[in-house]
Amino acid sequence: MNELKEKTYKRSHEPVFWGLFGAGGMLCAFITPVMILITGLLIPLGYINRSHFDYNNLHAFASTWYGALIILVLIALPLWHTFHRIFHGLHDLGIKRGRDWQRVLCYGFAFTVSVFIATLLFAMF
Amino acid sequence: MNKKTIVIDILRYRPEMDEKPFTQSFEVPYIEDTSILEALQYIKDHLDSTISFRWSCRMAICGSCGLMIDNIPKLGCKAFLRDYYPNKISLEPLANFPIERDLVVVMDDFMQKLESVKPYLIPGDNACMSSGEYQQTPLQMEKYKQFSMCINCGLCYAACPQYGLDNNFIGPAALALLARYDRDSRDAGSAQRMKILNQEEGVWGCTFVGYCSTVCPKKVDPAAAIQLLKVESSKDYLIGLFKPD
Repeated sequence: MNELKEKTYKRSHEPVFWGLFGAGGMLCAFITPVMILITGLLIPLGYINRSHFDYNNLHAFASTWYGALIILVLIALPLWHTFHRIFHGLHDLGIKRGRDWQRVLCYGFAFTVSVFIATLLFAMF
Repeated sequence: MNKKTIVIDILRYRPEMDEKPFTQSFEVPYIEDTSILEALQYIKDHLDSTISFRWSCRMAICGSCGLMIDNIPKLGCKAFLRDYYPNKISLEPLANFPIERDLVVVMDDFMQKLESVKPYLIPGDNACMSSGEYQQTPLQMEKYKQFSMCINCGLCYAACPQYGLDNNFIGPAALALLARYDRDSRDAGSAQRMKILNQEEGVWGCTFVGYCSTVCPKKVDPAAAIQLLKVESSKDYLIGLFKPD
């Protein structure tokens, strides 16, 4: 027990990534099937009028603050979710080399794309 | 007379004479209500007295007879020949543990992990003997009871791929035990245990595979305990951003 008392505990920063992962997972689970239903089935089969989803309408939607926010969240969170899974998947596959670089590449990509999308959306205002 | 038999392959290892583990086959009489543990006892009594395995209670209370049955962590006393007949059965020592001898594994690391989570009631500052016994409502007990049912058999450690990859991970049973004391209304040690949780090898070593809960013979559900603790750790992380200690 003595050795345990001397132990110093190091806090992990995982809650940040786990939080984004969890939020992205919820979105993927709930929103993606609905989006596939709308864009993959209901529109092609003619149940929803195609003109609702033409360029002008979507551009108008993306140009509002709430539309831009929804699009950003729909792209960014599943991306963080995916790369968190890939990062941990690499560990599960036993790829031990360059864990720091794996982390930088995975979360760096998610971060970069999130910023890129945000910039694009911001430029549309 | 029942003449039916079943073949049991046992992974054997006697460190003083074997270079590496090897498989030895035994043929035992097949009776419907024979447990794997009883089959092992039959082998030791009638076929090969040198075979080593742990056991005690024969009724899934002591947690001694954990082993890999056809590669799945199970208690020998809770699995039966009838579940495998007429196929042969493979018995191996619990995965992710070093082999001590035959089906006996070294559990030192597991025991140390259990100790490391401060598994005892830590009284608050104002607690004193003269204030009498603790009162607890059924609801307060319900919050932790499930996590207190663990018998320390180690099946969840044999099931956990993360513990297998990196045994610095505190692991399912110890974290469930931590949750058991954390969620107890009589305990005031959450802040001390939070430091243990918050580490990479604390709750964050878990990727929610969930196999620990599948193999648990007492339905403790350590995976659920860990997910609940992850939420607590995340809250603590957020608070720590604004109020560093």
